[in-house]
Amino acid sequence: MNLEISGLRLPLAAFVLELDATLQSRVTGLFGASGAGKTCLLEAIAGLRRPTAGRISLDGAMLTDAPARTFRPPETRGIGYVPQDGALFTHLSVRENLCYGQRVHGPADRPGLAYAHVVEVLNLGALAPRRISSLSGGEKQRVAFGRALLAGPRLLLLDEPLASLDTALKDQILPYLATIRDEFGIPMLLVSHSADEMVALCDEVLVLEAGRCVRRGPPGELFRPSPRLHHVLAKPVERTSSA
Amino acid sequence: MSPAAWQITWFTAWVAVVSTLCILPPGLALAWLLARRDWPGKSVVETLVALPLVIPPVATGLLLLKLLGRRGVIGHWLETSLGLEIVFTWKAVVVATAVMSFPLLVRTARVAFESVNPRVEHVARTLGAGPWRVFWTITLPLARSGVIAGAVLAFARALGEFGATVMVAGFIPGKTETLSLSIYHLVQLGRDGEALGLLVISVALAFGAVWFSERMLRRARA
Repeated sequence: MNLEISGLRLPLAAFVLELDATLQSRVTGLFGASGAGKTCLLEAIAGLRRPTAGRISLDGAMLTDAPARTFRPPETRGIGYVPQDGALFTHLSVRENLCYGQRVHGPADRPGLAYAHVVEVLNLGALAPRRISSLSGGEKQRVAFGRALLAGPRLLLLDEPLASLDTALKDQILPYLATIRDEFGIPMLLVSHSADEMVALCDEVLVLEAGRCVRRGPPGELFRPSPRLHHVLAKPVERTSSA
Repeated sequence: MSPAAWQITWFTAWVAVVSTLCILPPGLALAWLLARRDWPGKSVVETLVALPLVIPPVATGLLLLKLLGRRGVIGHWLETSLGLEIVFTWKAVVVATAVMSFPLLVRTARVAFESVNPRVEHVARTLGAGPWRVFWTITLPLARSGVIAGAVLAFARALGEFGATVMVAGFIPGKTETLSLSIYHLVQLGRDGEALGLLVISVALAFGAVWFSERMLRRARA
């Protein structure tokens, strides 16, 4: 992946988000306190916010070019987005949620992202016929991951995907994120408040404060890993075949 | 129920259905624009849409008469260009009821659209859906209870419309005879018994519509 952000300016309520960065890691973390501009940055990359200045390109394809007034709408960017609450479609079944984006981006040349495989990796087979309202918090997050993956994104944006879960559920879902990283080879941008998640999942971390990148580097250099994490990640996810 | 009462009830319900169907597309479009977009003049449009709720219906009727009459800006054009005559026909009843019930549809549908989490729509966009597909497959289904409630409220309002209708359509037996106009006419003639019969029908229809609408709104809030 080569995500280039140059001269980005996005005025927010309390400050202006400003960033120049080239991101090439498999998983890049965006770390910072609430209101540091992490979610807004993801939204700008996804095409859900229009910056006043700057450029964003992914693998050479220009997504946003403010000076040239180029702005590719989100549906043509091929960038998956999983917000904190999953934002599942509550009027549809799990299967219908999973298939929602499939017909648009579902790439025939990426068999790893076939429905059956994604469902197997994320253990979603038994959930497929169920309504969203009947799912637990962890199940909802897995469905949100699966739905984003099945659209065949070139980049996956994860906005605090574990923040709404309790510790036990986080420990269940974290290995799934590691599996997504290792199994599907889709570059990810992960927003989190948790140093543990940064250490567990990211190759590189950008620390944001009031809309600016104040530090950048490997998570091992920026944070001290918690011993508990090794135990959580050492436990592999159990797979079941799709229904 | 007498054949005349049946005919009046049928005509009133038919006009209410037609006017509700006519205002659904523009009403939903405007409700969505008010709920999801900021644009210059938005507050003026909001106020204009709410006006029929607060100004006397007879005044709205007079305005429609001036616009749609043979010498009116719209009426003259319709008659010379399309050969359409509106005032004092069933079409005038549809127009009057549509104008009077439009604000109820727009206000209820707007609240329904506002209650849909915009993030859900954003995610649908990132999954490859364009704005139209997002509206038809996400926004409208999630707002459906509120939208149905708004449409039923508009239908109920159309059933009972009097002031604007009498101005623009008059009371022409067999042509523009709605329940409310007929009740007024029968009371004027001292035929209170017949008027009470139509009153019972009016109340039953309105009760059913409002009850259904409230059920839908409760479901939308759940």
